[in-house]
Amino acid sequence: MNTVQFFGLFNYWVVIFLMMVGFYMIIARHNFIKKVIGVNIFQIAVILMYITMGKIHGGTAPIVKSEIAQHFAHHESHEDDSHEHTSSDGSKAEEHPFVDTTVYSHPLPSVLMLTAIVVGVGTTAVALSLIVRIREDYGTIEEDEALAMDRAQS
Amino acid sequence: MRNHLPILLVVVPLIAAPACLLLGNRRLIYLFSLVVAWLTFANSLRLLATVLVSGKLRYNIGNWAPPYGIEFVADPLSAFVAMFVSGMAAAVLAYAPRLVEVEIPAEKQHYFYSLYLTCLTGLLGITLTGDLFNVFVFLEISSLSSYALISLGKDRRAVLASLQYLFIGSIGATFFLIGVGLLYQVTGTLNMLDIARRLQELEIVNGQGIVMLASTRTLRVALAFMTVGLGIKMAVFPVHKWLPNAYTFAPNVVTCLLAATSTKVAVYVLIRLIYGIFTLEFSFDLLPMRYELILLSFLGIFTASLAAIFQSDVKKILAYSSVAQLGYMVLGVNLISAMGLSGAIVHMFNHAVIKGALFMVVGCFALRLGSVQLEDWRGAGKRLPWTSFAWVLAGLGLIGVPLTAGFISKWTLLLALAQEETWFLAGALVVSSLLAVVYVWRVVEVLYFGQPSQKVLEAKEAPLSMLVPTYGLILVMMVFGFWTEYSLGIAQQAAATMLETATMLKEVAK
Repeated sequence: MNTVQFFGLFNYWVVIFLMMVGFYMIIARHNFIKKVIGVNIFQIAVILMYITMGKIHGGTAPIVKSEIAQHFAHHESHEDDSHEHTSSDGSKAEEHPFVDTTVYSHPLPSVLMLTAIVVGVGTTAVALSLIVRIREDYGTIEEDEALAMDRAQS
Repeated sequence: MRNHLPILLVVVPLIAAPACLLLGNRRLIYLFSLVVAWLTFANSLRLLATVLVSGKLRYNIGNWAPPYGIEFVADPLSAFVAMFVSGMAAAVLAYAPRLVEVEIPAEKQHYFYSLYLTCLTGLLGITLTGDLFNVFVFLEISSLSSYALISLGKDRRAVLASLQYLFIGSIGATFFLIGVGLLYQVTGTLNMLDIARRLQELEIVNGQGIVMLASTRTLRVALAFMTVGLGIKMAVFPVHKWLPNAYTFAPNVVTCLLAATSTKVAVYVLIRLIYGIFTLEFSFDLLPMRYELILLSFLGIFTASLAAIFQSDVKKILAYSSVAQLGYMVLGVNLISAMGLSGAIVHMFNHAVIKGALFMVVGCFALRLGSVQLEDWRGAGKRLPWTSFAWVLAGLGLIGVPLTAGFISKWTLLLALAQEETWFLAGALVVSSLLAVVYVWRVVEVLYFGQPSQKVLEAKEAPLSMLVPTYGLILVMMVFGFWTEYSLGIAQQAAATMLETATMLKEVAK
């Protein structure tokens, strides 16, 4: 692997770094809030991975340009006037010599990540509310202290 | 109507869950959720009947054709899993009201029913969806609602157990998500069938020239991530630590539901992944997954059974036994033969029924004695004869005594091991069943031969409304102990379909 390849994968190095940071925090920290932050960092690493795979070099945001949309809209209304219904794609292509040459980034991974972000927010909300209850019941948010209290009791 | 069954199974409880919160009256909420649960069960039975007669049912959500839209697929395996998941949820809900009154604070009871239905939605969604990302979403729906359900427990340790489960569960789900991402990266699709097809067909150019996509490292990493993620969710041996505490401190009703359904659904996803998406050659030849998972399942069976023997809390005994029983399922999945796979599938069903019944018995004792410590159960055989006898019967099923459903699944697994001529493993399977005898017997001994404890002397027999569902499940367990047409029969058909898919994909590649 040469230098160019190495830096070409820059995003993925960041993904792996963040993933390990989050993972380490979940395992090694005793403070529950810090663990939640670890879970969040861990999830953000995955989100970054998805976003990176959707990005195409030189690609623009996946929104059809207005002049292209207008061209097609115009053409479609024309088609409706003449009552010509072409069903097969082949004949349609002949009628549309206009080709959109814009390079778009892939929108799907970003959309998937919207769902993943929602899931992440839900997880964080549940985790934080559980921590509030642990604080009420144990008077601490340190895992080792809470476990020690349970051991002492039983 | 019949064509809409797959989506109805998921949508009905999904809409009913928030609707629960709108009904003011607690009694009304209970009746409403009970009706929804049984309706879902009836739907899943119809779906199973349809699938068995006319084969695979595919449903395009919003009429968007796959792979662009999300599709729901019901084949014998998914319909069978959906059937017993919704069936157990309905049975547990019928059993629940008395315990819910006692165990869950009055102001939280309507949340309980709402969360219960949400959890059911997630579990059914996992079984029916044909889209890999959808699996992740439903997995998190069911997990998040089960974290909340577990934290409803009275003991403060319930909250701690729930939070610990949340941390490890999130790691598992995110691992699964990484795997899905890597798969999507190389195949460009999320539809399971489409991924499977493209894995066989696509070729890519890399450092060594043109190679099959299936031989790239990305795919191996993807499968590894997904297996570990699912392993955490199903509590396979080295990553099972969350399960005993979560099961022990959760309210008894919640334990019944989770023990009977949630881990099995993760096993289902593993089966779908190994047989339906990656092929057998990939999972077992390119990756040495088979030997590792068989080794881990045996380690799990033995360590968890031994741990179960030394517990003083009955719920912990059963929780460790669940880890052990899960080992049998993972073992069956990795035997690759039709016999082994159908053994795993039928054990999912049988174990759901048996463990559900056993936790119901625990619930009965908890209601009357207010304790699940073995110490407090001493001599309950005379004061609570029906409840104690239910433990004996369900315990026999757990051990795998002939004429109970547990025997059928263990026998099938044993035959599968014999078929492979791995006598050492077959012997280990028999020995592991003896360990189950020990931990079931410990409780029986305490129940029938101990001096009655103070709590037992004050207690009376469990109410009929709880004994009837418990004995109902035990009856199911007994019936499927000798009449196996609709348990093992369907499991064999499901296994055959999965293996067919695997060979069909191979044909496509040629």
